[in-house]
Amino acid sequence: MFKQIETAELGKELRMVVVDTIKELMDENKRVIALDADLGSASGWTTLEGTNKERFFNMGIAEANMVGVAAGLSLTNYIPFIHTFGPFATRRVFDQMFISGGYAGNTINVYGSDPGFAAGPNGGTHTTWEDVALMRMVPNATICDAADEVQMEWIIRTFSHLQGVHYVRGNRKAVHKVYAPGSTFELGKGNLLQEGNDILLVAAGQLVYETLQLAKQLVQEGYSVAVIDMFTIKPLDKELLLAQSKDKKLIITIENHSINGGLGSAVAETLAENGYGIPLQRIGVNERFGQVGTPDFLQAEFGLTTDKIYEQVQPNLANLN
Amino acid sequence: MDEQTVTRLSVLADKVRLDTLKTLKNMGYGHLGGSFSIAELLAVLYGKQMRIRPQEPQWANRDRLVLSKGHAGPGLYAMLANMGYFDKTMLATLNEGGTNLPSHPDRLKTPGVDATTGSLGQGTSVAAGIATGLRLDKKDNYVYLICGDGELNEGQCWEAFQYLAHFKLNNCIVIIDDNKKQLDGLTVDIMNPFDFQKKMEAFGFYTLKVKGDDIRGIDAAIEELKSVKDQAVCLVLDSIKGQGVPYFETLNDNHSVKFNNDEINQAAEETIVALEKSIKEREQVNV
Repeated sequence: MFKQIETAELGKELRMVVVDTIKELMDENKRVIALDADLGSASGWTTLEGTNKERFFNMGIAEANMVGVAAGLSLTNYIPFIHTFGPFATRRVFDQMFISGGYAGNTINVYGSDPGFAAGPNGGTHTTWEDVALMRMVPNATICDAADEVQMEWIIRTFSHLQGVHYVRGNRKAVHKVYAPGSTFELGKGNLLQEGNDILLVAAGQLVYETLQLAKQLVQEGYSVAVIDMFTIKPLDKELLLAQSKDKKLIITIENHSINGGLGSAVAETLAENGYGIPLQRIGVNERFGQVGTPDFLQAEFGLTTDKIYEQVQPNLANLN
Repeated sequence: MDEQTVTRLSVLADKVRLDTLKTLKNMGYGHLGGSFSIAELLAVLYGKQMRIRPQEPQWANRDRLVLSKGHAGPGLYAMLANMGYFDKTMLATLNEGGTNLPSHPDRLKTPGVDATTGSLGQGTSVAAGIATGLRLDKKDNYVYLICGDGELNEGQCWEAFQYLAHFKLNNCIVIIDDNKKQLDGLTVDIMNPFDFQKKMEAFGFYTLKVKGDDIRGIDAAIEELKSVKDQAVCLVLDSIKGQGVPYFETLNDNHSVKFNNDEINQAAEETIVALEKSIKEREQVNV
């Protein structure tokens, strides 16, 4: 069961949440193994070397090989976790992930860090707003977008018990807290964070926090707003989505990703295939490449702050009245 | 190696050729050249070097083989069938809808296939991962990685080689089938590989080179590579695409052979008769 937490404080850095969780998993299970592609000091993964030196490998700047080696480790019954920045964990190694991972029936657990605006000063070359879209095309892959530290820890732990290709994206840095410590979740199930009758907001990842702020604002304006944290983007919780969509006048998806192929697309497909003709607005990145700037600058530049999202939904709100 | 073993392995190599040719002719097309060039290699590995239990394909203590040049799948299937991993009648189902023998090896479908390959380059890293896992488990098993010379156009192979050399994973025996041809022509014309032995040595490998049809030489080289400590190892197989049958060796377009005219069909028929006769004779002598 999950419980929300009301605070404006930032949590622990997500990279350290990932590292600390993998460290615990490595201590608990000698089959857990960690690979990083020369970003160990940027991701904190080099600290894994301390306790389990023989089960941490720096693969060098060779992501395709890292994915293939992970597949080979899976064939010898190891449980590999790999890390690199989101674009290199997906776009750059798509065929390796697809064939050596998914098609070959191997287990690869992937942390793609700094998705979307989190790429910050690394700029457009290091930005991915396509990772979810790509991974959705890998049959039976699991895709998660972690809302906060509590959820990230739970996701990493859960991946370690499952076979197959699993991808989680998340900022390296600290993000706002959404859940109380000790919260648990269910893979493939969305979390209904708030109930309401007029508008349904469906978000994932660190924008869940912004979505909750947006919901507050809308409630103050007199709307009745429901919020779902759809942290498992694949498989999508169609049951919850349809149940919550049923009587709504407007559905808005919010994601730090392209509106093509990500959460918004998954929601749109589900609604359309089930005959739900409800107005849908997809908030995300639309036909743009990344650019350089601080994460805060980029979040505003790409329209993903609470204020900028509010501006974008305004015209549709006007139509509701 | 005694004369009897050499004969036994050369018969096994020709059985791979015979069954591959029968399968491909029956289908009307297929990857003949690269299957024939590794026939002696497969015979030495499956017939002598590898620790395997064909009746128990998933035996935990087995050596592994990763056919990274996955298009030689028909040759591997012929070998697996001859070793008893599955019934020979299954060979006739190659590439049929829903078959367990797809064009390129799939570990989830075929008994004896250890890794899914065919998207070229990827098998190299998978073999490196298996070698890592075996090393971590302190097992003395080997992974035999068979790469094509054309396949080594793929950058991922060189990523994997750097990794094997850096971590001194000498339990992964890298074998480069240097048959000098790739799909569109000669490797030297398409993308010159220069000298594989020098290249691999420069990458940090202890490297040997041997003729592709030299059973004694292949076996001795593998023995030598197994004795190497603290260094990655590689065998460059100086082979010929279509190896072992002069007609197919000289056939220009022998990567994927199409059995679509009288001349080629007659050559295939004659080859099948000659191989059957020669195998029978040698088996009788070798009893």
